[in-house]
Amino acid sequence: MIEFSNYDILRNLMFATQWTILLSLAAFIGGTTVALTLTAMRLTRNPAMQRIVRVYVELFQGTPLLMQMFLCFFGLSMLGYEISAWGAAILSLTLFTSAFLVEIWRGCIDTLPKGQWEASRCLGLSFLQTLRHIILPQAIRVATAPTVGFSVQVIKGTALASVIGFVELTKVGTMLNNATFEPFKIFTLVALIYFMLCYPLSLYSKHLEKKFNVSR
Amino acid sequence: MLYFSDLLQYSDVFLSGLKTTVELTVLTTILGVVLGTVCATVRQYGNRASQRVVSVYVELIRNTPFIVQLFFIFFGLPAIGMMLSPWEASMIALTINLGAYSTEIIRAGLASISKGQIEAAKVLGLNFRQTLTRVIFVPAFEKIYPALTSQCIIVMLGSAVISQISVQDLTYAANLVQSRNFRAFESYFVTALLYLGLSILLRFAFNALGKRLFAYRASN
Repeated sequence: MIEFSNYDILRNLMFATQWTILLSLAAFIGGTTVALTLTAMRLTRNPAMQRIVRVYVELFQGTPLLMQMFLCFFGLSMLGYEISAWGAAILSLTLFTSAFLVEIWRGCIDTLPKGQWEASRCLGLSFLQTLRHIILPQAIRVATAPTVGFSVQVIKGTALASVIGFVELTKVGTMLNNATFEPFKIFTLVALIYFMLCYPLSLYSKHLEKKFNVSR
Repeated sequence: MLYFSDLLQYSDVFLSGLKTTVELTVLTTILGVVLGTVCATVRQYGNRASQRVVSVYVELIRNTPFIVQLFFIFFGLPAIGMMLSPWEASMIALTINLGAYSTEIIRAGLASISKGQIEAAKVLGLNFRQTLTRVIFVPAFEKIYPALTSQCIIVMLGSAVISQISVQDLTYAANLVQSRNFRAFESYFVTALLYLGLSILLRFAFNALGKRLFAYRASN
């Protein structure tokens, strides 16, 4: 039997943290891309498109992330699509992230007065020009703080990937626990590492919020 | 091919899982909101030391994943002598989790009450407890009611994780069924739909409750 010193535990946890960060980044980038597309669909004011986005948001906000992961991992492979734990985790986290980001951004765009769209129309700007020059520059300023805040939820969401066997921080925590039988120490360390990843983002989000409120 | 009919014989498994999930949700919603109310009151009106304690609690919970909190409570606490059954552990974890989030939400509601109202209550001779229950709480909760209820729904969905410590909830039922008949997609799909139905139902219930709780608005 291998003895695990404190150094070994920490080293393994640090190694796993890299995968948590990588998965978070992948999910956040994927989620942002899909959410941008969905936001554009929503802004076209085409009723069919808007309905699709509404159903999408309802579906992925109204079901547990864990269930989405199970469906992506076990469900898809049963249907004949081979998918790795890594792929399933990214796919489900992308769906989850984008559903929440679309809603957050919707709120941000809706805070802009409708008169701006009408004024741009009067000035002869096309839909894309209005978006590019009028709406987005303002909306991005409003949206930054809640988006950074939501990235904390993404990092925490990656912990669920441990359940489908993706080896990240939580999974290594449970594996180390099985090997050392020191659950108190190990899960305290795991929680602390998550805290050190998430807390700066929370603080930054709060800081951005304050900064934005001052300028208003 | 999909064979949803294979699930029919397991309907009682799904139903008992659903029952556990609903029971835990109702219980932890009540306990979590009570905990959040107490903590938010302390955070808003307490002395500096107790404010600090509440802040640390809220930030610790809000910045760590629920599954790690659950593992810490279920696996970690017995190591220092606190034995908990899976059901107890998940109830505590869910309550603590919702408590932290609702503290933050309710505090925003308390902060939105203008100082003049509190001063007016003082002038009228109400003591602090009376001011809280008769002047502050109702409008404060009305303001944050939508945010609070959607957080409760998020916690209900998050409760799927408790299947990992073998609480026999809806997700546990899904895992059990798919391990029996290998209909993974069908099993998880139906379970996801059940969760979706539950979250829509909860939203309706919260809306109906809100109309009753804040009925004084309609009458004046």
